[in-house]
Amino acid sequence: MPREGSAFAGVGAVMMKELADNLSSTRMRLLEGLIFITGAGAVYSTIGAVKEVIGEDPFIFLRVFTTGIPPLPSFVGFLGFLIPIIAIALGFDGVNGEFNRRTMSRILAQPIYRDGLLFGKFLAGLATISMALTALWLFVIGLGIWMMGLPPSTEEVMRSLAFLVASIAYGGVWLALAMLFSVIFRSAATAALAALSVWLLFAFFWQMLVVLLTPIIAPADPYSVASQVHTVEVGLGLSRLSPNTLFSETALAFLNPAERGQNLGVLLPQQLQGAISGPLPFAESVGLVWPQVAGLFASFILLFTIAYVLFQRQEVRA
Amino acid sequence: MSEPVIRAERLTKKYGNAVAVDSLDLQIEPGEVFGLLGPNGAGKTTTILMLLGLTEPTSGKATVAGFDPLRQPLEVKRRAGYMPDQVGFYDNLSGLENLRYTAKLCGLRGQDADDRIQAAAKRVKLDYAMRKPVRTYSRGMRQRLGIAEILMKGASIAILDEPTSGLDPQASREFLELIRSLKNDGMTILLSSHLLEMVQSICDRVALFNRGKIGLMGKVGDLMSNVLGGTHVIRVEAEGANVAAAIAKVPGVARVAPEGGRLRVEASGDLRGDIARAVVNAGGDLKMIDAGEASLEDVYTRYFEGVPNAA
Repeated sequence: MPREGSAFAGVGAVMMKELADNLSSTRMRLLEGLIFITGAGAVYSTIGAVKEVIGEDPFIFLRVFTTGIPPLPSFVGFLGFLIPIIAIALGFDGVNGEFNRRTMSRILAQPIYRDGLLFGKFLAGLATISMALTALWLFVIGLGIWMMGLPPSTEEVMRSLAFLVASIAYGGVWLALAMLFSVIFRSAATAALAALSVWLLFAFFWQMLVVLLTPIIAPADPYSVASQVHTVEVGLGLSRLSPNTLFSETALAFLNPAERGQNLGVLLPQQLQGAISGPLPFAESVGLVWPQVAGLFASFILLFTIAYVLFQRQEVRA
Repeated sequence: MSEPVIRAERLTKKYGNAVAVDSLDLQIEPGEVFGLLGPNGAGKTTTILMLLGLTEPTSGKATVAGFDPLRQPLEVKRRAGYMPDQVGFYDNLSGLENLRYTAKLCGLRGQDADDRIQAAAKRVKLDYAMRKPVRTYSRGMRQRLGIAEILMKGASIAILDEPTSGLDPQASREFLELIRSLKNDGMTILLSSHLLEMVQSICDRVALFNRGKIGLMGKVGDLMSNVLGGTHVIRVEAEGANVAAAIAKVPGVARVAPEGGRLRVEASGDLRGDIARAVVNAGGDLKMIDAGEASLEDVYTRYFEGVPNAA
């Protein structure tokens, strides 16, 4: 049945309120502290090492993002790990929190649709993540300029900006997941645990599962190259179900211009024959990981849509 | 005759096989205070949510202020203010900030919103606490903030779900006073309650709810004379063989029923003298006689006594 009035009524009001809540919450202070300390630590030690090779690499700035000094992971590795935590922390009590505070029916009795509430909350979360990541990004670039004494090139800025956008999309996936759980579970603690379990699964156990499952799904025939290629492709396909894989592959292509696909899929030696080694232009790198980027956006839209549909069908009474 | 502000026609809500509201018919006139009464789980809140378009009826139709809550919920919600059972606010924000947020959701901004909030806060006598965080508010203050929200919106209909549950007697009395003053302003008020006494004193009309159906509907006084056959309930404690029969013969007595070792006499007026005489003349020993005006509770008890048999 058609309904009258805009679905977006109140989105702005909800978003501004949630944004203010997010930015002033203790939760956010803690997370910001965590990110900046780990991020700065990683970048600081990396720059120390990268400085040694100034002049040898035209993309020295991008190395700051991708080089890890063992035992510390690289800055990108840290982000792959920390972004989900921020996103989950911002989203896990979005919807059920309104029920638990008994504010849901009062807010929905105002002249807005449920759509407005959900959109507003999601946009506020995404805006918070974007602000935190952009600040961090500027901080890293600034630290690089200060410590290495040279500015990034245009291409480096473009590549790292593309990486920033991909990180925000990656945050969006986890935010949508956390919001979905906040719709499904009435208890905020359950929703947080469920979201963290999914994060744990993808961050630590997914690769192990892929190794276990691939030979079962597509056993390799030692005498057939085609079958071996198939096995590897199935394994890659499985591992790309994880948003973490999509994110790290995207980061790799954006931040490492020398990446031509050899780490992103199956390339037989003869396919690389005659290939000129050296950096790819930016547009080519984008083309290389376009499926991964599209995958990130698609999973984020899918999760949000599921949350949206479930929320629309939910009973208002607590 | 003016159009009813709230109208429900065969409104039905089913959850699976359970029927929460069963083809409800209801009309509420402008300026009326209407009470939905019934035990918990009788379908009062579900009815309210359907009127506000917050839950979809399984069948039937409702109109609020001339709009269909299903298709034009925003129009309905602009005109009707709702205070849910145990109304919640954002505890970390002050009363003022909470109402500013609601004002924005209603499309009110800036000075206009602040003026309205201030006027509403004054009206519910909460202006002294508007800058304090809501977590410091008592239950009664939260309820008044809920009313302030409805006033601030400029709603012409107030829908209050269990507005006095959990309030102490003093806060409850003040709250009823506030509802009366809203009525004097011409606001139409629909309230639900399981506390019958409170409703009796402020409602023009009531509907008694049970298992999703309206059992009885009408003016409180009419219900009393229709259901009880009188407006007074006199309780008599007397010893003697045929006291009950003697009292039943007194003119004006509608019904005599035993009630916990006493007799409950429903009568059209204060017939204590006549009843006492009847008891004494019948050779009975009169121990106690107590007359009170009939309360809605008497109507309620009496009416639902018969319901399981009828069903």
